[in-house]
Amino acid sequence: MLDWTGIDLTALWLTLKVAAWATLIALVLGVACGHALARARWPGRRWLAAALTLPMVLPPTVLGYYLIVLLGRNGPLGGWLLSHWGITLMFTWQGAVVAATAVAFPFVFISARAAFEGVDARLEQAARVLGAGEFKVFVQVSLPLAVRGIAAGTTLAFARGMGEFGATLMIAGNIPGKTQTLSLAVHDAVQSGNDALANALVVLISVVCMLALVASSHLLNAKPLSTATP
Amino acid sequence: MRTPFRHTAVLACALWAGLGALPAAAQELTISAAASLGNAMRDIGTAYQATRPGVKLNFNFAASGALLAQLQQGAPVDVFASADLDTMDRAQAAKLTHPETRVNFAANELVLVSPLARPPAARTLADLAGTGVGRIAVGTPASVPAGRYAQAALEAQGLWSAVSPKLVFADNVRQALNYVSRAEVDAGLVYRTDALIDKAQVRIDAVVPTVQPVLYPIAVVAASTNAAAAAEFVRFAAGPPGQAVLARHGFRAP
Repeated sequence: MLDWTGIDLTALWLTLKVAAWATLIALVLGVACGHALARARWPGRRWLAAALTLPMVLPPTVLGYYLIVLLGRNGPLGGWLLSHWGITLMFTWQGAVVAATAVAFPFVFISARAAFEGVDARLEQAARVLGAGEFKVFVQVSLPLAVRGIAAGTTLAFARGMGEFGATLMIAGNIPGKTQTLSLAVHDAVQSGNDALANALVVLISVVCMLALVASSHLLNAKPLSTATP
Repeated sequence: MRTPFRHTAVLACALWAGLGALPAAAQELTISAAASLGNAMRDIGTAYQATRPGVKLNFNFAASGALLAQLQQGAPVDVFASADLDTMDRAQAAKLTHPETRVNFAANELVLVSPLARPPAARTLADLAGTGVGRIAVGTPASVPAGRYAQAALEAQGLWSAVSPKLVFADNVRQALNYVSRAEVDAGLVYRTDALIDKAQVRIDAVVPTVQPVLYPIAVVAASTNAAAAAEFVRFAAGPPGQAVLARHGFRAP
């Protein structure tokens, strides 16, 4: 029924490592892009926002193909990385991080943009009037007020990064011990008819994801933020 | 009912009736075949449909192990063709096929390939252990017969421990071929028939002697609802018409 002995724990650590890195990068980039597009009025903003949301909408295998074409040896980015820095992303855990970041980023971006749009602009204006520079306004006014929405998006991003499969399979190459994440391990177990191992892996992934979701909801329920009316 | 809602309801009912009135498809057969049989099977299908216009063929290509897993979960398949005897044996042991319809209908060779874009990194299997070779694409041994043949060949020459850290495991033999075509790896172990498909980007460096001959068995699936038609297809594929098509694609006689 359940084969616990067959589980390679390196797959678990690898999955957590990839998801953590992907969430971190997605968080930084998502908040930056979300803030830039929140109050934007310049032409083309809708197209840019749609392009940034695209990885979430595309089928993962399509995304995986894009990434191979981009990051492979003959690709524009991959070729440049190889010739200038000697770095290959294909078949490495770093490549898996790129794939997971691509799918996780839109979650943070969308939530961050909505959160920043929801911040009362008068508060930001008040800060400017009182002499704060743009950076201070962002760090001390906008960000704290938007943190709830951003945190929710980040939780989703982490979960998505943990579960990323299609693009990872094509880029990272499913090398046990090096790039085989838990979702790839389940796929392998099912393909080879090893249902007992697949069952055990699925239980493990579900437990880990549940813990992550409960932990993040704990963190978010700490103290309700209030935008006090003057 | 309010008028717009009534209009929608009438339209929905008309659509439903219309769809139900579509003529039921003539006899349909679903054939699960190993990934390496892809091109040849489609041609066999075309030839078969020329002789039997009333039959519609649906093809399902994947690694043999994946196809077996689908059968075990009750996939509605009529014919199963795998790339090794072991997978078919397991299907038979699980009573998923009609054993009396089983027949070997093709043979193949395992070859060492490399991207044409670069000079060959390895000329023999033993070269794979050397420092000139980085990554090697093979099928995942657990579910892909090509991967198992490759592993057995490497183990037979005592090269497994030196070579296995360099292996990239592909989902099926065609994905392994794709990695070689893109020059993402330095070498690959695929079937001769696969290498022939991509002559523009892939070069055959050597034929790899396999521990067991590469044989393709085909059989009618036990749960088939069209067993008679399925058996006819199997006979066609194993008989002269099918063999002629397979030979054109580079397969050997079983």
